[in-house]
Amino acid sequence: MGELFRRYGYGLSITMVGLTAFWLLMLVVIPNLVLFEFSFKPYLPVVDLGGPKDVYSLKNYETFLNSPIHITIFWKTVLYSSLVTLTCLVLSYPLAYFLSKVCRPANAPTIFLLLLIPLWVSEILRSFAWFIILAFQGPLNALLLGLHVIHDPIRWLSGFNGVIIGLIYSYVLFMLFPIYNAISSLDTNQVEAAQDLGSSMWRTHWRVVIPHSKPGIASGCVMVFMLCAGSVIVPSTLASTNSRWFTEIIQQWMFEGLDWNTGAAYAFLLLVLCILFVSIVMRVLNVRLVDIAK
Amino acid sequence: MSSKAFGNFVIRAYLVIFLLFMLLPLVVMGGAALNDSRMPSVYPWVGFTGQWFSDLWNDQVMWGAIRNTLIVAVCVVGISVPIGTAGAILLNSVKPNVRSFIYGFMVAPILTPGAVIGISTLLFWNNFHVSAGLHLSVLGQVSFIAAYVMLLVLARLQSFDPGLEEAALDLGANHGQVMRRILIPHLYPAIGAGALIAFFQSVENYNITLFTRGNSQTLTVYVGSKIRSGITPTINALALIFIVLTVIAAITYEILRRREQARQALIKIEDE
Amino acid sequence: MSEDVELSHVNMDFGKFRAVNNVNVTIKAGEFFSFLGPSGCGKTTILRLISGFMDPTGGAVKIGGKDMIGIGPNMRPTALIFQNLALFPLMPVWENIAFGLEVRGVDKATRRAKAEELLKLVDLHDSADKKVSQLSGGQKQRVAIARALAVEPKVMLLDEPLSALDLKLRQHMRAELRAIQKRTGVTFIYITHDQGEALAMSDRVGVMSQGVLQQVGTPMEIYNNPANGFVASFVGENNVFEGTVKSLSNGVATFATSSGNFTSKVGPGVVKGTQAKIYVRPEHSFLQAKASTKTNSIPVDVAEMAFEGNFVNIFVKDAKGATHMVQAQNDPNASPPVRGSKQHMVFDTEDAVVLVDAATASH
Repeated sequence: MGELFRRYGYGLSITMVGLTAFWLLMLVVIPNLVLFEFSFKPYLPVVDLGGPKDVYSLKNYETFLNSPIHITIFWKTVLYSSLVTLTCLVLSYPLAYFLSKVCRPANAPTIFLLLLIPLWVSEILRSFAWFIILAFQGPLNALLLGLHVIHDPIRWLSGFNGVIIGLIYSYVLFMLFPIYNAISSLDTNQVEAAQDLGSSMWRTHWRVVIPHSKPGIASGCVMVFMLCAGSVIVPSTLASTNSRWFTEIIQQWMFEGLDWNTGAAYAFLLLVLCILFVSIVMRVLNVRLVDIAK
Repeated sequence: MSSKAFGNFVIRAYLVIFLLFMLLPLVVMGGAALNDSRMPSVYPWVGFTGQWFSDLWNDQVMWGAIRNTLIVAVCVVGISVPIGTAGAILLNSVKPNVRSFIYGFMVAPILTPGAVIGISTLLFWNNFHVSAGLHLSVLGQVSFIAAYVMLLVLARLQSFDPGLEEAALDLGANHGQVMRRILIPHLYPAIGAGALIAFFQSVENYNITLFTRGNSQTLTVYVGSKIRSGITPTINALALIFIVLTVIAAITYEILRRREQARQALIKIEDE
Repeated sequence: MSEDVELSHVNMDFGKFRAVNNVNVTIKAGEFFSFLGPSGCGKTTILRLISGFMDPTGGAVKIGGKDMIGIGPNMRPTALIFQNLALFPLMPVWENIAFGLEVRGVDKATRRAKAEELLKLVDLHDSADKKVSQLSGGQKQRVAIARALAVEPKVMLLDEPLSALDLKLRQHMRAELRAIQKRTGVTFIYITHDQGEALAMSDRVGVMSQGVLQQVGTPMEIYNNPANGFVASFVGENNVFEGTVKSLSNGVATFATSSGNFTSKVGPGVVKGTQAKIYVRPEHSFLQAKASTKTNSIPVDVAEMAFEGNFVNIFVKDAKGATHMVQAQNDPNASPPVRGSKQHMVFDTEDAVVLVDAATASH
């Protein structure tokens, strides 16, 4: 703090501290504490607020634990989010390596620009595009039938197929970019030195490139998992009644049940899930938070 | 063909397939805007029409939603840019242990699902009897968009020589003048990029807005509700407009970039 | 116009580390004063204490008789030239120079005129609208000087500003800086670890080591009469013999070393029985075939020779294996001593001095 005052004087320093404090306290920390507190209170009519029934309990979390459907949906959300994260990683790594180390440096910006187009066209329209493509009588089935790959049209939008494809399409770039950045910072000489010492391509990647790109991989995994597990648009566009997503349950409590307390409890579970995932990734890949969020 | 050349071929083929995977859906979605079919699709192709664009043009609800979206985005830029910039400067001049502590809180919103941010914002302000509405959407979005601005400005600060601040002070500038004439001009590129990202993040935001908006419509929420109930190709018309605008922006950027590159190359040649 | 800078009993502690230890010196108005010392000796800290980026933990800093403690760098009559110059990269040259005037609310036309005037002073006529990045190293140097001069400082502080330049330019800028100082009459306080710079430019030099001001004097005093062993060996080369002072009479010491007894002048603080060292400059050491009885003499073998153009450095080894250097003028008519030959190194009593090592605290 001393350095801040010395560099910018009292007036400016206090303004900057004030702005940052407003952000971190009023928009980040306290709202989450309120969410936490709220999730332990019962859903009551206005007249009962502050009355004898307004006490803390685990009732909202018990609601979750007593509902096998919700638990299943929760685990499926975790499972398919992990699957999508892994798929994105496998899809992105070779491409990130190619763009940063193999292709001509002059071409990389053009390719990135092409990739950015779907990113700038909003997330909701990206899912909608797949809604059209995957329709029962849509272009994908027509194409596959025409090529005689399949004999009967596939119901893509039933089950989790559509959601998985939509999630991959929507979030794969959040995996590609951080890994690309990480690999770009690797000195190409290191790769050449490894090859020069007789290391095979696989070993070079396993021992040199992947260890160096760990922060990027961690960052990509955390972002993609969080976006998937917390996705509202993709499931609501591409899921069906037999493939519900955890965020849809949260919406149900908030909008249909108007039970904000149980909604808060469910949202808090989602938050805990993401925090857990971040901690696991940090532990497994041995990276710090500073490396993940850059 | 040597194994290396084969590997090269495979990876290039993969790149092309990946690009097609990313871009073809947009073509399909855009193409459906021009198909004279009640359901949005390119197959079967019924015939060319401009019908969906005129429907879109006459959609008053959508115009209201666009207006709301722009108001929210401008407010988000106006709040998150000063907050993010202040946060980055602050972070840059505190002790390392304090720094990593605050940093954790600053980036947390980026790693938090939008639904959680939306609900916690709604509940927090509800305590003060502030009911849901676009003002809450602004606050909710600022909580994570400010983090993006902060990260951009923080990266830019790494290339700043604090000696310049001292030099300006030594020449008699007061702290305000140092900030205005020395530090902020250095940060302009990051602040500009931050403002741009803040604007587009806000326009595209769905999750936080959905939980905080109350009864107001923004464009994404409106499109979302249209997709859920009664799909018409007017959405495709809107999508096509978005795509065309993005492509035009991308091409303009690419032309400018190549021109700048050529100019730099020329300067290099002249110097030698 | 220019003012005295007075440091009295100045201490600066960083935690347990004392970077500046009881420094007392008055730098006179209009003087070119250098603080000379190795890196980490505290000289840069002194500069920051004078410019106001730090306040001392003890003692007083006065400029023109006024106590400066608590007055920020922007309120002091000093201008600092940074080691990396710290030119503002986003402003053209003239805005850099006029920045000090801009923040004082001077109107644009006056600022521009003043900048042009200063550019003339530093011999950069057509560079007002150039970008800083278009300038060469020497030109940047001049802009930095012009920028500092624009605020009409009473005292100019320079933090090794020549260290980034190549040798040729550095020597040119020495003369240039000296000329600008004389032209403007501003007090210059110059920080350097380069003894050549300090000796060539300064009116007076303060030699520092480990936070302590070891000696203050004109360049000649510093070189010819170093106050202690540190000053002697930091400023110039020496042949050194370790030993004990056996007797003192009429300012002449008899000094016993393992290579024999020598006579020499007596440095400050040296008393009979002191463990000390004797210092002789290479240019005051000579080689001759026979031992001398009148003056200090020691048998040596010629080991190596380095021809430097106008002079020759001859490296010799004494019986103990210690290497000494004899510096002789280049004489095309005389043949240099043969490598491996037996010679005697001789030096006069007046050219040798016994010195204690270094002061660890000023008095």
